[in-house]
Amino acid sequence: MAGRSSALTWTLAAVVVAAGVIPILIPSMATLVVLILAKGIVVLGIIILLQAGQVSFGHAMFFAAGAYTAGFWGKYLGVGDLVVYLVVGTVFATILGLLVGLFVVRYREIFFGMLNLAFSMVLWSLLEKMFHLTNGADGMRVPRPTVFGMAFSPENFQYVLLYLTLTIAIVATFVVQRFLESPTGNMLRAIKSNETRLEYLGVSARRILLIGYVISAALGGIGGVLVAVAQQIATPEFAYWTKSGEFVFIAILGGVGNAMGAFAGSAVFELVRFYASAQLANSWQLILGVVLIAIILFAPNGLIGLWKRQRAARDES
Amino acid sequence: MNSTLFVLASLDGLSYAALVFLVSVGLSLIFGVLRIVNVAHGSLYAFGAYLAATLSLLVTPISPWLTYPALLVASLVIGIVAGGLIERLLLSRVYGREEVLQLLITFAVFMIMDNLQRMIWGVQPIYAAEPLKLLPNVSIFGVSYTSYQVIVLPVVAVLALFGLRYFLRRTLMGSVILAVTEDREAATAIGINAQKVYLITFIIGATLAALGGALASPTTSLVPGMGTEMIVLSFAVAATAGLGQIEGTAITALAIGMARAFVIYLQPEFEVLVPYLIMVAVLLVRPEGLFGATKLRKI
Repeated sequence: MAGRSSALTWTLAAVVVAAGVIPILIPSMATLVVLILAKGIVVLGIIILLQAGQVSFGHAMFFAAGAYTAGFWGKYLGVGDLVVYLVVGTVFATILGLLVGLFVVRYREIFFGMLNLAFSMVLWSLLEKMFHLTNGADGMRVPRPTVFGMAFSPENFQYVLLYLTLTIAIVATFVVQRFLESPTGNMLRAIKSNETRLEYLGVSARRILLIGYVISAALGGIGGVLVAVAQQIATPEFAYWTKSGEFVFIAILGGVGNAMGAFAGSAVFELVRFYASAQLANSWQLILGVVLIAIILFAPNGLIGLWKRQRAARDES
Repeated sequence: MNSTLFVLASLDGLSYAALVFLVSVGLSLIFGVLRIVNVAHGSLYAFGAYLAATLSLLVTPISPWLTYPALLVASLVIGIVAGGLIERLLLSRVYGREEVLQLLITFAVFMIMDNLQRMIWGVQPIYAAEPLKLLPNVSIFGVSYTSYQVIVLPVVAVLALFGLRYFLRRTLMGSVILAVTEDREAATAIGINAQKVYLITFIIGATLAALGGALASPTTSLVPGMGTEMIVLSFAVAATAGLGQIEGTAITALAIGMARAFVIYLQPEFEVLVPYLIMVAVLLVRPEGLFGATKLRKI
């Protein structure tokens, strides 16, 4: 066992170093790595809910809440600070998560998914139709913010953003992993296996799910701020149902048993999208769709599950 | 709002509701039997529309009247070929697996179909309004409207509603489908081939979605993204009615279609908001939908 866990630690370290070093060697990768990490942070939230067996097909609403925080700040208050965006965006997404969560945690399975979908579509149509406030479908530009009060040139800023995102991603991974191993995390899994027995223990399943929901909303907000800043724009598409589907997709692709799956899935997703749209004109959706089907049919535990299976096979031989 | 606008909005709502009903009832039927929410349902709608437009443009030089059978042929082809392939090749492998995997496999189909649609038909809008132009306008309370939209579409929707009712309640195959819906194990035990029931149900549902698209094609320009919008809308209708409720879906489609049409005339910017607001409001009060039966909790 000791060998296995140290191997995992080493792999983790290697991945972190790769994410930090590759963009220095290939500068064009910097923004791509930020997107991978930022979406991975959002997917961590999806993984938390999947532990309880609940699929949110509307989580993009928190992603959009974070992104539009940066957009609104830029439009109405002038260029702000990235740290302020992150704090305000997370707080805003958390409050939204608490409000929506109070309603949706009363429902399970398909009803849970549907209500989330409905709420996110309400947000999407508001963002698209309140043209005078949100610029409608064109979205809101997010000017390059300062960081801790310091202004950076575009080249330096992408590295600052990269390392900040990497730091947040590492912290978020550890926090989520700890949360999943905590008593509350275990109770969250009990909602999936047998909710009634959980309630016989005197635990409110709704409260447990609400805690998980609010954490996952906060993670969505953080990811939204980072993506909006990296792409310098926030559009209503950020709240659309296909975006929510994309997050669930990445979670299943990576594997939901482990927080690391979020980043493995996100890396494969973004890399396929990036290279397929560059090399094979307009077929990235097709390729990703086929990949998703292959994963569901042949590797239901995702990429991390595949990796573990291979290691187990090698240990035996 | 004067009386002309009132009539106009009602007719808009009626023709729109007819289309939405066809798509939603297919979605609802599939969920009722297979217990899978088909995310690719909107893509079947879009494929039906695009194929219908292509066939219509093809047969118009021979005789414009051939466009009507073309609409029907297009929906049958999409329903049977695409629907059959999706069920046989993919869905049949995930029955009994986790709900999220079932949902995501249809999401994968959606991604693939969305991409194929752009590859086959491009991103430029396509118009094929021949079937609409062939029929004369009718005057209803002093408002002139195309008879295709206020007569043909609602009649097809009503036929579909009664056809489905008859099929499910009066025919052997219908009874078999209901039996599988009620209790799959018991049905299988008395010799019912559940696999076949799933395939047939999915094909019927897919054909209804494609029919909705084919019938919609003369009334609108076909653009990428039409399926993406339709899936959430039909989903909102089916969920508001209660998944698996056929008559309820008809009433809800009519209500949401009407509400949307009136909002377009009164407060156009909130048009897209209406169905989702109704859905949120209904689901908060009655999560099983307006017409759904309350389910007991399993211990």
